[in-house]
Order: sequence, then C-alpha cells, then structure tokens
Amino acid sequence: MSTEATRPAAAFDLDRAWCLDERVAVRPEPFGALLYHYGTRRLSFLKNPTVLTVVRSLAEHPTARSACESAGVSARSLPAYERALATLAQSAMIRERGEP
Amino acid sequence: MTASPLPLVDQFAGGLAAPICLTWELTYACNLSCVHCLSSSGRRDPGELSTAECEALIDEFERMQVFYVNIGGGEPTVRPDFWHLVDYAVAHRVGVKFSTNGIKITPEVARRLAGSDYVDVQISLDGATEQVNDAVRGTSSYRTAIRAAATLAAAGFRGFKLSVVVTRHNAAQLDQFAELADQYGAQLRLTRLRPAGRGAAVWHELRPTAGQQRAVYDWLTIHGENVLTGDSFFHLSGYGQALPGLNMCGAGRVVCLIDPVGDVYACPFAIHDSFLAGNVRGDGGFARVWRESRLFAELRRPQSGGACASCSAYDACRGGCMAAKFFTGLPLDGPDPECVRGHGEAALARVGGVTPPRPAPDHSRRNPVRVTIGRRRPPDRACDSDPLAGFTARTG
Repeated sequence: MSTEATRPAAAFDLDRAWCLDERVAVRPEPFGALLYHYGTRRLSFLKNPTVLTVVRSLAEHPTARSACESAGVSARSLPAYERALATLAQSAMIRERGEP
Repeated sequence: MTASPLPLVDQFAGGLAAPICLTWELTYACNLSCVHCLSSSGRRDPGELSTAECEALIDEFERMQVFYVNIGGGEPTVRPDFWHLVDYAVAHRVGVKFSTNGIKITPEVARRLAGSDYVDVQISLDGATEQVNDAVRGTSSYRTAIRAAATLAAAGFRGFKLSVVVTRHNAAQLDQFAELADQYGAQLRLTRLRPAGRGAAVWHELRPTAGQQRAVYDWLTIHGENVLTGDSFFHLSGYGQALPGLNMCGAGRVVCLIDPVGDVYACPFAIHDSFLAGNVRGDGGFARVWRESRLFAELRRPQSGGACASCSAYDACRGGCMAAKFFTGLPLDGPDPECVRGHGEAALARVGGVTPPRPAPDHSRRNPVRVTIGRRRPPDRACDSDPLAGFTARTG
C-alpha cells in the first residue's frame, strides 16, 4: 500500500534542523550505506561513510550545517554535501524537524 | 555524498552485506499450472519450511536489515500460515511484496492490506485480454486476477502492481496493460520471459520476436519511468540508451532466491544445482550462505565478458541474463540468447544439437489438472527490485 510522500520538492536549507524520516531504514555497506523508505518503497545510496555520519547525526544537531561540520566536512566540500542532502530531502528520506 | 549509477554497478558487483532484492518462495503448491512457471510449481513439497522456521528466517532478515522481501511461490497465499507470516514480517520491520494470482484476495483481505504501508501486492496477469492470458495461465485465471484488482481498488489500495511477463502473444498489448493498471489505480510491471522452470519448455515459442523485442524497448524508453521492470530487460540496453535501473545481472550480488525448502539460489530464474549456494537450515543460516558461499563469492568476482568483451554494446548489456544463457545451453561468458545484436541467435544455432540443462526440481502436477472455475496459479516472482535508477530507485 503506498503512501507516497507527495510533498513538494522544497529547497534545501542547510541552516535548518533536519532528521531522517521515521520510515527510513539505514543499512551500512562497504561503500557507505543503503537507505530504504518504507512509505515510498524507494532505495537511496550513500556513497561514503562521511555522508552516512551526517545523515545519522542530523537529528542531534540544530542545523544540517552543524551536522556536516561535526562530521568533518570541509568548507570546500560542503556544497557537494548540501546537494546530496537536498536530493535526500527531495525523495523524503530526510525531513525538516518541527522547529530549529 | 550521493552516488551516481555507474560506480554503484561496480560496487554492487562485489556484493553487499545483505541482498537488496530477496525473493522468497513460500510454497511450491499452486492452484494454477502456468505453462511458463519459473519454479515448476504445482504440488507442495513435504520438506517446506515450517511456520517456526519461516519466523526464524524473518528474524534473520531483520538482523541483516533486509528491508523487504518479495514473496512468491507457487501461490503463497494458499499456505495456511501466509497472513500470519506477513504480519510477523511487518512486525519485524521487514516489508513484504507478495505475488499472487489473486485467488485469496477477498474484500476483507483487501481492506487489511490497504491499511498497511509495509505490504504490497503484485497480481500476475499475462494477457490484457482473457484469451491471451488464459492460454498461458489457465482457464478463468484472467477473471480471478481482474476481480482481485477490482477488490483491491475498491478497498482503497493504491499502487499495487499488475505484473506481466512479456510474451510473443501479449507484446502488442502493452498500451492495454497500462490502461488496465490505470483503471485500477495500479502500477504496471513488465518482466522478461525466462527459459526457467517450465518456461524452458515453452520459451522458444513464447518469447517475443526480434521485432517485438525492439518494440518493447522503444515502449520502455517512452513509458519506462512509470513502469516497473525488475530491471529484467537490461539486455535490451544494447540497443542504445540504457533503460532505467540496474543494468547488470544481480545474481548472488544484490539478488537471491530462497525456495520453499530453504535452498538458496543465485536468482529466481536459476533454480538448478549449478546455482545452489546453500540452505538456510545449515549452520549459520541464511546470513552465512549469503556472505560465505563459494558460488556467491565466484559470482562477485570481476567478470571477464568472455566472447562479448569486444562488443561495443557490452558496457550496456553486460552480456545479459545468466539464467537465460544457462537454460538454453549457451556458455555463461557468451551472449544472451536474445542479444539485440543477433549474437544470441547465432550461438543458439551453434548449440542446436546440444540438450540444454533441465531445470530442477520439478513440482509440477503429475497429471495436469483441469483448471477449474475460480482457481488459478501465479507465475513468477521476477527479481522485484529495481535497485538503482540514478540516485533514488523505485523498488519493483
């Protein structure tokens, strides 16, 4: 039964609070991780351990930027991580938390 | 960061901590006797896993984080403990998509299914018309499938799957299938006919012609975004533009099959001793088979491409389907029998006099049962996962 997460594709804001969707499972793999969303039945792939750390720690940080910094993402590579998180947000794998 | 498809193909070729696409056939029992059944189903096997063994296996899936399983058969819903096992899996955070011919989809069942995010249903239908369908799946199987689809739709179940094995007789009906799916709020799923199980005996007469194969490819390039394929047409990517999904053979790498007696095969189309990796009843269970079996280790080693290595289409089709080659008597490192460049036809002609390996085991009914009103059997559970289309993949 699908409950497609039909939220509109919102722009991703690094300075807001994010978390993994409750319906998403994360499985570490040698290359990074697999994500599976039970609601949309979609898979996503995290290509390295750092982005896995970021995704897993989103809920503990006031902003996604802070989660990236804490995981050791450099300023130079931050845009790439922002794009990755935006893609995850678009596919409903991560969502904004109530308040920042 | 997130991944692009190409490197992931290489990552996946080396194997994963657990399968992405796990097909679990719960029983060889079936009310139908489809001529192309991949698992040669019909009669229950006395050695089928017990309820307790099935529960233990689901526990193991949970530990391995197998996100979901594709349950098939046989007709899985004829197992008396079927609904219990579905509930058990969901309670253990293992999603279920089950393939059925629709025989047990009552309004009550449909209402229950419609209420669960974790359960998906795939109804097998091999003709957009009764005549085309029933010729392959048996008398009145069309009506049962359509009735099940209508029952699910009436219960508010959106997005269940109508699953079609593309044959010579239905290849011209793709638009009609899409209309049927729309009519019931379902999603269309098209998969490739494999010469596996009883399908080996009818493959030559049922497989699409070369012209139809091209038409299927063209249709998928237009409609592919809304249609699931289990990535089963990746051999057609040799025509040019790659189809959405994983364009490689996932056998033993991202895919495997657990059969009703617990045997683990490299993929659902390869039920034969040559592709038997172990049994879940052995020491270490399924996890050990997946991680340590010699067969899977072999499949995860880099493949050479063999006779196909010098072909300009090899990067797109990767030599095609292992099972299709095996059951037509072709070498595994050569072209797919339905190679779009025609190399398969030439290879088939070369092995013309050789008897291909026979699929085994065979649970077909000894005396073909007259299909009676209201009874039917499901065909196959094609590899249901669509492991990676670009960044996010549809499953199924």
